[in-house]
Amino acid sequence: MEFYLQLVISGLVLGSIYALVALGFAIIFKSTSVVNFAQGELMMFGAYFCFSMVVQYKVPWIWAFLITILFSIALALVVERLILRPMIGEPVISIIMVTIGLSSVLRSIVTAIWGTQIQVYDPPLFPEATVNLIGVPTSQVYLWSFGLSAVLLALFAVFFKYSKAGVAMRATAFSNQVALSMGIPVKNIFALAWCIASVVSAIGGILIGSINGINVQLGHFGLKVFPAVILGGLDSIPGAAIGGLIVGVLENLSDGVLKTTFGLSGIKEVAPYVFLVIILMIKPYGLFGKKEIERI
Amino acid sequence: MSVAHCGDFRQTYKDDMLVLRTRFIRIAVGAFVLLLYLSPLVTSNYVTSTMTTIAIAVIGALGINVVTGFTGQISLGQGAFMGVGAFACSYFMRVVHMPFWLAMPMAGLTSAAVGMIFGLPSARLKGLYLAIATLAAQFILQYVFMHLDAVTGGSNGIPSPPPEFGTFAFDGDRSKYYLTITVAIAAVIFTTNLLRSRSGRAFIAVRDHHLSAEIMGVNLFKYRLLSFAVSAFYAGIAGSLWGMYTGYISAEHFTITESINYLAMIIIGGLGSVLGSIFGAIFMTLLPQALTVGTGALADIFPKIGFLIMSFKDGVFGIIVILFLIFEPDGLAHRWRMIKTYWKLYPFSY
Repeated sequence: MEFYLQLVISGLVLGSIYALVALGFAIIFKSTSVVNFAQGELMMFGAYFCFSMVVQYKVPWIWAFLITILFSIALALVVERLILRPMIGEPVISIIMVTIGLSSVLRSIVTAIWGTQIQVYDPPLFPEATVNLIGVPTSQVYLWSFGLSAVLLALFAVFFKYSKAGVAMRATAFSNQVALSMGIPVKNIFALAWCIASVVSAIGGILIGSINGINVQLGHFGLKVFPAVILGGLDSIPGAAIGGLIVGVLENLSDGVLKTTFGLSGIKEVAPYVFLVIILMIKPYGLFGKKEIERI
Repeated sequence: MSVAHCGDFRQTYKDDMLVLRTRFIRIAVGAFVLLLYLSPLVTSNYVTSTMTTIAIAVIGALGINVVTGFTGQISLGQGAFMGVGAFACSYFMRVVHMPFWLAMPMAGLTSAAVGMIFGLPSARLKGLYLAIATLAAQFILQYVFMHLDAVTGGSNGIPSPPPEFGTFAFDGDRSKYYLTITVAIAAVIFTTNLLRSRSGRAFIAVRDHHLSAEIMGVNLFKYRLLSFAVSAFYAGIAGSLWGMYTGYISAEHFTITESINYLAMIIIGGLGSVLGSIFGAIFMTLLPQALTVGTGALADIFPKIGFLIMSFKDGVFGIIVILFLIFEPDGLAHRWRMIKTYWKLYPFSY
């Protein structure tokens, strides 16, 4: 029983990080209708940059964290301006391909600067001692990650509901043309969407990096966000959060159960994709996705 | 953009449907095919073997162009479906003892069947769903390749026996080239004709405007699924030829990178164009080789930053794809048409 409880807890933590990265994905998709295949690389870049600050330059954590956030904003602005802006109005496939190209550029920059070995944060971001959570020893990293993700998700929910920029973003998502004619600077909104996505991904990268260590495989983590966003509904922001949590828990549980009962190893890597296919079969628009109704 | 030749009047429907319109084009294409068959007699083994990989890439690229370029559904699983074909072909030959000429189409059908399992849920929906479903297929199939030891040999891989016709075995570079180029030419002819058929026109209608197509009586679900199955079939054929070419199949070849390469091929070559698939396949096969040579030479000159240069190889690929999309969004096939038009009218361009 404790084994399963542990799986659920680590699944929730993993899921909360999925939710963060999925939030970034959904924001970009919703307002700019770009499917961002470079989400994982944005995450990786943030994680490595923070590593550089903390380990190589011995910057205190809080400052390193802030500098990383500033850096990911700058990165997002550069990427949006140089690569995505010229692609406005191009077909979906070209835009997908451009983000794939972007991901391989970012990955090669990361390997050129930081190499391919697994790196760990030293000193660690959170204290290492474990605490008891309903009878299960849990490391503090887990609690902090879950808490931080939850706070960020709540913060963005409030941002989209009440702030002026948030409302403008939702308007842009609804229709670029209508937003433009209402005087909303759509280009700035696009840039803002990329900034938010880059920042939440970088934070997600730092969190997952302080749990598992940072390496180039983080890029694949970005692809595993797809099951979460499909489950939540491709264009729904609360859906991304709930989808992320569910996929994280399911992934960990299926891994644990299949490993103990059938001796299948490594199922963790593919389990989310199996859910993805199943979700597409029974509920293709996800839990909160908008079912498209078209007229001519 | 296309300029008709002087005196090229099309007076019957048959004339209008011709693939090779004028005598000059017929002679040129015939000469090119002849050149393809004669070239191994004079070129080195290295060139022949590179041309074999190009021919395999052409088949795979034609396949993904049918689903992405003509039907407008994005596929990110071409690499994995090639893997299905390669392993299936090897299995049919080793265990069922089929001859290669039967095992190869069977491998194609297996690949198409596997593709349809993943294509089924997304064929109901438009847009991105096939891209995401095929991404899932890519990772799930990769897992299966690594763990279904009986068929795929797990992480060790499995040998692929050379095809035999009677007592003749295709085991040299040259004979493998002839087999591959023949299949590739057949694939080009089949695709060109597919596009002139009812199904091909239905594919293009679905891509251009799916609602109008449906109103015209095109069954969206059927044709989306059909185009995806055709694409996976091509991938299966390309995969079994790849197995034959290398003689040994390992799961490591059929990764997401391979799938992305195929998508890049048709984007660089030109979406929805048979010629574009060929250009793209040539470009994307030669690019890594040129990059390897280039980065190797640079690393020799600057040994201290050799590691840095080597790791940028991947990045250069990404940059080239991005630049192509921004500055040449219609691909090499479009550029080729422009060049042809220019020379056709030279020196009087109006």
